[in-house]
Amino acid sequence: MRISLSKIKTLFFIPWLSFLSLPFIGAKGACYLFIGICAAGIIFIALRRVGQVRLGGKITKELTTPKLSYNPKYFIAVSMLFVLVLPLWADNYYIDVAVLAGIYIILAIGLNVIIGYAGLLNLGFAAFYAIGAYSSALLTTALGLGFWSALFVSLILTTFSGFLLAFPALRLRGDYLAIITLGFGEITRLTLNNWDKLTHGPNGISGIPVPFIFGFELENLKHYYYVVLFFVLFAVIVVRRTYYSRIGRAWLAIREDETAAEAMGVDATRYKFLAFSFGAFWAGLAGALFASKMRFVSPESFSFMESVFIACMVILGGLGSIPGVILGSLILVVLPEALRDFQSYRMLALGAGLILMMIFRPQGIIRSRE
Amino acid sequence: MILEVRALTKTFGGLKAVEEVSFRVSRGIILSIIGPNGAGKTTLFNCITGVFPLTGGQVLFDGKDITRKKPYEITKMRIARTFQNIRLFSNMTVMENVMVGLHTRSKEGLIAAIAKTKKFLKEEAEIKSKALEFLEFVGIDDYAGSLAGNLPYGDQRRLEVARALAAEPEILLLDEPAAGMNPQETGELMKLINRIKEWGKTVILIEHDMKVVMGISDRIIVLDHGVKIAEGNPKEIQNNTDVITAYLGKEDIF
Repeated sequence: MRISLSKIKTLFFIPWLSFLSLPFIGAKGACYLFIGICAAGIIFIALRRVGQVRLGGKITKELTTPKLSYNPKYFIAVSMLFVLVLPLWADNYYIDVAVLAGIYIILAIGLNVIIGYAGLLNLGFAAFYAIGAYSSALLTTALGLGFWSALFVSLILTTFSGFLLAFPALRLRGDYLAIITLGFGEITRLTLNNWDKLTHGPNGISGIPVPFIFGFELENLKHYYYVVLFFVLFAVIVVRRTYYSRIGRAWLAIREDETAAEAMGVDATRYKFLAFSFGAFWAGLAGALFASKMRFVSPESFSFMESVFIACMVILGGLGSIPGVILGSLILVVLPEALRDFQSYRMLALGAGLILMMIFRPQGIIRSRE
Repeated sequence: MILEVRALTKTFGGLKAVEEVSFRVSRGIILSIIGPNGAGKTTLFNCITGVFPLTGGQVLFDGKDITRKKPYEITKMRIARTFQNIRLFSNMTVMENVMVGLHTRSKEGLIAAIAKTKKFLKEEAEIKSKALEFLEFVGIDDYAGSLAGNLPYGDQRRLEVARALAAEPEILLLDEPAAGMNPQETGELMKLINRIKEWGKTVILIEHDMKVVMGISDRIIVLDHGVKIAEGNPKEIQNNTDVITAYLGKEDIF
């Protein structure tokens, strides 16, 4: 086993971090943190080893992609069964977390189209989320539209906003694109915060009505859970099908090498527009679901941190991989809830976890392709 | 004439990379463009395929003006190319690379893909079988499922050719396909290019390996400092004094 200098540095980094946090959490806390990070590190190294053993680092000569060690069909069936029966025994707190996780999964799947497939770094994704949530909130409260018609209109609006953002973003890549999208996110948040007449500024919009399905009011959180679940499945299926089409391949080609993609006949401009609009569409859906779940929206839900949070889900889970992105969203929503007792240290642990992740497995937990 | 280049000029700031280069290519031949390093060969390719806008001149393909067209439009009109420094989609599979090449030859859109319509499924199946055919043609179908970036060097070159062929071009532009190949691989490459010619395609080739150039070219164009200094068949080029001067320098007599 070859140990590079950077890895030795990382090994020193862990006790150092624990030592730094000593004054804040005491000796016992620092010990726990140290053990926790080491354990996480060992798990990641182990995962990586397993990956290497399976791949053998050699060229696969088979026509198929490397086989998974389990049959994904069984795995999907079991997890589907689990999410379907979850509301039967779980109490409202768990369902609440699950609904939130579902909304974030839709968001992460949308952002994954932009960052993971088309390779366009977007740090202002919360803006689309905000536009979806606010347009749905305003349409239902101020105009008195029903949930579904408001959802339809807000999806159109959000998709269009994605299309608009693509204009300045077209000629830029990497860092520059990140800055533009970041700016777009901040402009959206500030507009919502200051346009008192329309958005009620920082007070937000309250009294968003509960959605109806066929005249049936979704007041019960359990029922709402199934609506979100439906949309999560919808998002997974639609994005997956798009991925396995010439559109998905065109996006990947642009991500890999834009010049070569154009030389192969891919109209990069068109597909970038499509990626932005298509990604924004899902944020609009998540926003509308969020607004009607909370029955209240305010600008603080759509800060820059929110964009970073969604980007973390995509990157942690595995850029370009739908199962990875789902896993990433679940981890980042459920873990902070599970670690609620540790209060502010959970963010510290999260940060450390992300750093370790970037060092030992930069492709994310589940790689898009092995 | 399948391709006609008229007084093509490209300048970068004060530097004249290509200056008033004109030539004609007739259908179904192998044309080589040779010249010392920095002679403007790749720039010429980039101008023909629309990567760089021209400073002056005109490019006609099959009588149609393609001078101001974008790269993807030119590919759609059936001119495809490879790159000097291999530019594969490394994190996509070998198969997918070729499938991207078929992009312009397919048309099903977003809605069809989401709804998985019959037409869409049929087209996808066609794309796959065609892609496999092109991989077989260049002889790397064994690797279809592995990542393009993991291929050995010579096979990466072949994959680039397969990907370009997948765009079903009339003219194939190859930018130094033999670079970095061993003699055996070079021999196989020459066979491959000849097969592409037999298939009825026109091949334009930039190459430094004189064995390849003299072995398979029907016509040769020599560039030096952005200017065309000679044109002819291999025999004429070998005996051309300007060409010898460009490559070896002037013979000084003391």
